[in-house]
Amino acid sequence: MPEPVASRDRRSRLSLRLYVAGEAPNSLAARRRLERVLEDLDLESLELEVVDVMQEPGRVLADGVVVTPTLVRLAPLPERRMVGDLSAEDRLRQLLHLEGPMS
Amino acid sequence: MSADRAGADDRVIRTGIPGFDPLVGGGLPRRRTTLVVGGPGCGKTTFALQVLIHVARDGAGGIFVAFEEPVDQIRENLAHRGLSPEGEPPDSLSFVDARVPSTVLRGGDFDLAGLLQGLGERADDLGAGTIVFDALDVLLASLEDSAAERRELYRLHEWLQDSGLTGILTAKETEGGPRYEFLEFMADCVVRLDLRTEGKAAVRGVRILKNRSSGHATHESPMIVTDRGLEIVDTASVALEHRVSDDRVSTGIDELDRMLGGGFYRGSSILVSGSSGTAKTTLAAAFADAACRRGEPTLYVSFDESAPQIVRNLGSVSIDLESHLDSGILHMDSARARPGSPEEHIVRIRSLWREHGVRNLVVDPLSALEKPGTHLAEEVGLYLVDLAKQEGITFLSTCLVEGSDIESTPIGISTVADTWIHLSYLAQAGERNRALTVVKSRGMRHSNQVRELVLADDGLSLREVYTAGGEVLMGTLRWEKEEEERAAREEVRRNAEHRQRQAEIRAAEIRSRLETLQGELEVVEETAERARGEARREQRELRDRRRRIQELRTRGEEADTDRTESEGSDEVREASDA
Repeated sequence: MPEPVASRDRRSRLSLRLYVAGEAPNSLAARRRLERVLEDLDLESLELEVVDVMQEPGRVLADGVVVTPTLVRLAPLPERRMVGDLSAEDRLRQLLHLEGPMS
Repeated sequence: MSADRAGADDRVIRTGIPGFDPLVGGGLPRRRTTLVVGGPGCGKTTFALQVLIHVARDGAGGIFVAFEEPVDQIRENLAHRGLSPEGEPPDSLSFVDARVPSTVLRGGDFDLAGLLQGLGERADDLGAGTIVFDALDVLLASLEDSAAERRELYRLHEWLQDSGLTGILTAKETEGGPRYEFLEFMADCVVRLDLRTEGKAAVRGVRILKNRSSGHATHESPMIVTDRGLEIVDTASVALEHRVSDDRVSTGIDELDRMLGGGFYRGSSILVSGSSGTAKTTLAAAFADAACRRGEPTLYVSFDESAPQIVRNLGSVSIDLESHLDSGILHMDSARARPGSPEEHIVRIRSLWREHGVRNLVVDPLSALEKPGTHLAEEVGLYLVDLAKQEGITFLSTCLVEGSDIESTPIGISTVADTWIHLSYLAQAGERNRALTVVKSRGMRHSNQVRELVLADDGLSLREVYTAGGEVLMGTLRWEKEEEERAAREEVRRNAEHRQRQAEIRAAEIRSRLETLQGELEVVEETAERARGEARREQRELRDRRRRIQELRTRGEEADTDRTESEGSDEVREASDA
């Protein structure tokens, strides 16, 4: 189920998709962490789709999702993936193409 | 997902892997989980694919979840193995690429909930009854945390139980590790595939470590990989399926047939061991010759000499294999120069015997496969023994041993062989003679009997041997011993003749004395008879005379005629003479 797209004031365009498995703790944690990191950022445009595979199981095999949670950076290209509860924040920032929080 | 999609109340699913199902009581436990473990390249993926394809051929759907190999590679594997001759796997099968590529960033804890949710939906769509998780260890390792591994295994276990699917998990894992322990716990059936390297060749085996729902074989069974996939060759399960034949086949040597109580049992395996030049090939050829004479297709695989060489050499002992080759009843295969793994040899030999409908098989010598530090010959021998048994083929193999030491014969093959004949040289008094020992012979009368094997222009024969001071005598020594015995027998005969003659002479003497005595007896009896006759006449005359006297007296008183007087005077004169 697509979540409402969050928009932030930012120079570059960022498109993300997060696959979660219902209320699974690591899925909830990943969602919370992603949203917090994104909130801290001053983004010109951001698209975030959150897919709950418990609701849309067909998306799992169709989209090649092996584990949950999985975060996919759709844009900017190339597409990149990250699995896990996003507790490794430095890696998340790497994925988001950010050196660190903008001051 | 409905729990009864697996269909019938059948407890097991057949694997379609030849020889495997008997090891686990008929098949893998249905709607339960089977774990297939083993080292790299031991055939885990092939095992799972074979089962899945077999299930799909029966019309049931299946899912293959690949954690390690790309799906394309797995499809290739299928085609290569001939498991999917159509080129494409059946539509009822679904292949899921579940690799987590190395380009994917690891960012903390994750789980399989989503994947399982997706697979559940796919299973419902397909009506699948079986699911394979191939290389589960690869996924588990990516969790980088043993607690998380355990949690995900529990999740998978529960999901499998709820799904009602028959699960096959494969894992590259050595026995005893912590990951293995839990995998082993969650599986109802654990199959261990083994791949050892002997020299340059691969030797495979399968062992059932656990089977909750039914009994299982506990030994390791030899396994081969053919162009059709895995195949288990196992005597233990074969023994149940094939009744032991009471039918005997000739060894090709009459005396040996008699020693063994009529020959080899049909369908049994025979090992002929011996050092170089002890006539192993000759013995093998005699067996093959006898088989061909019975009109039974026979395959002679030579790892040593070429077929023409063997045929030529055997001509000198009147074994004519050439005519059997010409008639097409005998097939010779020279495998001398052909390198190959045990599997390759086994598969080729078997395809040859199937092609020709062979009833008898000779492999000469099996030991040619032996490389230093390997047990190749033994492995090939064991496989062939099992395979031949399955098809009721009488199988004779020869084995070269160093020296004449019987103990240096490969243990394994001599253990499984039904009959073991050992040939040796005995050097005595400057001669080398061949000794044949029946070391063992299952189900036959035997007693480690030793005979001398004699190769002559007119063929093979066995001779009794003599033992003197615990030593077996052969050749000249045997001849000398035989001469001695012949002399002794002659002496006995002469003695007997002498005694007979003496007795005859004595008997003749007695007979002649008997005749003399008989004559005397007759004379005496005659005399006695005459005497008795005279006595009787005298008595009669005496009686007559007395009567006359009585009459005369009566007549004299009455004064009678002249005639009466004259008669009376005669009688009186006679009486007075007597």
